[in-house]
Amino acid sequence: MSTTTSENSHDEPESPAPKPKGLGALGWARWIWRTLTSMRTALILLFLLALGAIPGSFLPQNVVSVDEVATYFRENPELAPWLDRFYLFDVFSSPWYGAIYLLLFVSLAGCVIPRAITHAKAVRARPVKTPRNLGRMPYVARFGTDATPDTALERAREVLKGYRIERYEDSVSAETGYLREVGNVLFHLALLGLLLALAAGAFFGYRGNLLLVEGDGFANTLPSYDAIYPGHWTDTDEFAPFTIHMEDFEAVFIEEGSLRGQADSYVADLRYTEEPGGEERTHRLQVNHPLSVGGVQVYLLGHGYAPEFEVRNADDEVVFDQAVPFLYRDTMSFTSDGVVKVPDTGGEELGFVGVFLPSAMEDSEGELVSDFPGARNPMVTLEAYRGDLGMVDPQSVYQLKTQGMEGLGESPVMAVGDTWELPEEAGSITFTGVKEYATLQTNRDGARLPALAAATLAVVGLLVTLFVRPRRVWVRATEGEDGRTRVELAGLGKTEAAGDNTEFHELTSRLAARLRSEPDDDPNTPPEKSTTQGSDR
Amino acid sequence: MTYTLAAPVNESMASASDTLIIAMIVTYAAAMFLFAIEAAYGTRTKLKAGRLMPVGAGSVEGGDGDIEVNVRSTEKEAQASQSVLGRIALAVTALGFVLNLAQIVTRGLAAGRWPWGNMFEFVVAMCLVAVGALLYASWRYQARFLGAFVLVPVLLLLGVGVRWLYVDPGPLIPALQSYWVPIHVTAVIIAGGGFMVSGVAGITYLVSHRSETRRARGETVTGIAGRLPSPEILDRISHRFILFAFPLWTFGVIAGSIWADEAWGRFWGWDPKEVWSFISWVIYAAYLHARATGGWRGPKATWINVLGFLTVMFNLFAVNYLFSGLHSYA
Ligand code: HEM
Repeated sequence: MSTTTSENSHDEPESPAPKPKGLGALGWARWIWRTLTSMRTALILLFLLALGAIPGSFLPQNVVSVDEVATYFRENPELAPWLDRFYLFDVFSSPWYGAIYLLLFVSLAGCVIPRAITHAKAVRARPVKTPRNLGRMPYVARFGTDATPDTALERAREVLKGYRIERYEDSVSAETGYLREVGNVLFHLALLGLLLALAAGAFFGYRGNLLLVEGDGFANTLPSYDAIYPGHWTDTDEFAPFTIHMEDFEAVFIEEGSLRGQADSYVADLRYTEEPGGEERTHRLQVNHPLSVGGVQVYLLGHGYAPEFEVRNADDEVVFDQAVPFLYRDTMSFTSDGVVKVPDTGGEELGFVGVFLPSAMEDSEGELVSDFPGARNPMVTLEAYRGDLGMVDPQSVYQLKTQGMEGLGESPVMAVGDTWELPEEAGSITFTGVKEYATLQTNRDGARLPALAAATLAVVGLLVTLFVRPRRVWVRATEGEDGRTRVELAGLGKTEAAGDNTEFHELTSRLAARLRSEPDDDPNTPPEKSTTQGSDR
Repeated sequence: MTYTLAAPVNESMASASDTLIIAMIVTYAAAMFLFAIEAAYGTRTKLKAGRLMPVGAGSVEGGDGDIEVNVRSTEKEAQASQSVLGRIALAVTALGFVLNLAQIVTRGLAAGRWPWGNMFEFVVAMCLVAVGALLYASWRYQARFLGAFVLVPVLLLLGVGVRWLYVDPGPLIPALQSYWVPIHVTAVIIAGGGFMVSGVAGITYLVSHRSETRRARGETVTGIAGRLPSPEILDRISHRFILFAFPLWTFGVIAGSIWADEAWGRFWGWDPKEVWSFISWVIYAAYLHARATGGWRGPKATWINVLGFLTVMFNLFAVNYLFSGLHSYA
């Protein structure tokens, strides 16, 4: 309805509140509050919320990937610090974005809660008195009938099923659709609840990353993580004490056709306990099938290869024998890089920089490449170094600091079982096998279920708001000069939902039809029932 | 352990689905042509009173009881350019819809999975929804006049899909193997189709509104712009589809975050795709608010609607190609 606004009852401030004139602090405060809680302000804040999110998609964000932000800093050394000053790498936790959504939610509470109270009163009140002049309503129909006014009103009561009805002298006043306002309040309050749940989750939870090689285990304590992101108020000494052991990892790849090399599935077979020494259970961890243990969710994020090496020193004693995780360069070839560090050789420390090819083959230029992500023909090549690994300082396990070391040369291409005798009698290294590793993420977020509950309520509230149409109908029946009864039916849709007129018209038609089939009034017509109770829809 | 697997693709289904794409594009193009002729050369006649159409003032109910009706909102009578060609166009559109549906089914059978797992399939399904919405609107709201306008973006999207997004049918990457994905993606596709029809009706509204303003100034408006139905009806149809699509979008985003929770260990991480679905959601919320705010109803609110649809399209294309993120499964 394009013209219903003027008389319908959207309780919105039509225009910004009039500016206070010398009203002092209280006046100003009232003005600010009224402005803040107006629909216009809500609209502007919604726009700002959308606008402010845009840089969050164009610029790398710390919440998404710290590495990408670091890369951006490296590539734009001039610009990046400036952007950082405006929190543009942390948009969603920045003070200015926070200000937008906090203002929005204050506005929301200030707008919706008074509305809820008003509505609670309205629900208990009887339908409003019939206005004297129904001709001003958006929909009015008039017709004549031979039934008495009382019969006409009684039939109107029947036609207006589902409406709450009140009789006023020569008319009935009916109203329906009270639930819409309930839905609207529920929706907005659920959004408020969602925000609170999200905030609580961020402050009390944590998220951690770790890498687990087939056959290895993990205990949920702070030092076991490769990276951990606790919230402000997370107690890092009180982690749920579960343990996980990864028995086996399986990756399946598509072998033929245009999708060759695409992953089809990853599965990690786990054994886990809720606490050390507790009952042991098993779980098949897959993408989309996380493990839930001790209030923590454990997810499978990725995988890679960990070639196994055995290193012997100059005296042919085994000084190193384990699987070493390598990082892949891309997911189609899984060509991977890694470092083997052997500090305890009895002599000088040894280090190796290796390249691992899961499916090695020669390409057309005679170069050795991997042409498939699965381990069909695993090969490694190594570069050996001897000297000081520099392990006194903390360092990455994926990098070898070669400043204090002397190169010993490159190995031939090694298949599983091959041994490379190091030059200068420095010992030997054997490529003994290939294991796989999985990268896992643990996440403790107590807000998951409250957030889901709030979101669900929001959807329910939204559906009610959008599809329940509050409307009022009045029927007046008066005796005309010609002795016939004149019936007047007026309708007012309180929202701008289309189709109200059609519906009012249907009511008119039904009422007219009923009165038409009414036997001519005679004194023997049974007296009307005089219930006044209607019902809500 | 590492295993390998041959992609199981049913070749005859795959080629049937590829043939159907062409058939459906040709059919839609023919329908659009017919609709355009109707819009340009039909005679401007009154639409039947219906769900969204006004009950005309002073209309008389058949039978013996005379009902005098007075509708306060002095609606311009709903008129649209109509001709028998439009009916034919509608039938051709329905045929295209069936071909579209068959294409999606055969593709699903070819790959042995639900058939919206990549950009191409996503776009084709969204077009199906938009055309379905057009058919529904024609039946329920006599909104056949939207035909030419809805089929333009449908054909554009299908063209882009075939030319740039096409991939052979095949299985899905592991992250997409969750029952939340069909739920999430289905909701988003249906909402997207609804937003598309609403956006198109909105643009048509803006043109019609402008024609009316010019007419009110005494100018004559020629061409299709002058033969459009009244802005009120276009606005109402546009609003109707938002009422349908917005809750579905809300649900789709929630379903997506449940899936993200299972797959990636967090339900919301401000990945570019998530950021843009949030932006679209906020803009449509702003649209609904604008309609309840004094001075914003009408063209201003409709511009917000159009902006909302642009963000949906931006999310569909730009986010998959411009940004790297977990959602970049293009
Ligand atoms: C997170 C931000 C918000 C969102 C997503 C949101 C969303 C919505 C939606 C979808 C509707 C339904 C519109 C309709 O009935 O067609 C609505 C209605 C409404 N909202 Fe909000 N809203 C937000 C914030 C606010 C704020 C800050 C206020 C108050 C200043 C507010 C006041 C209202 C009112 C009064 C209505 C009812 C309008 C009517 O009677 O038609 N909302 N909102």
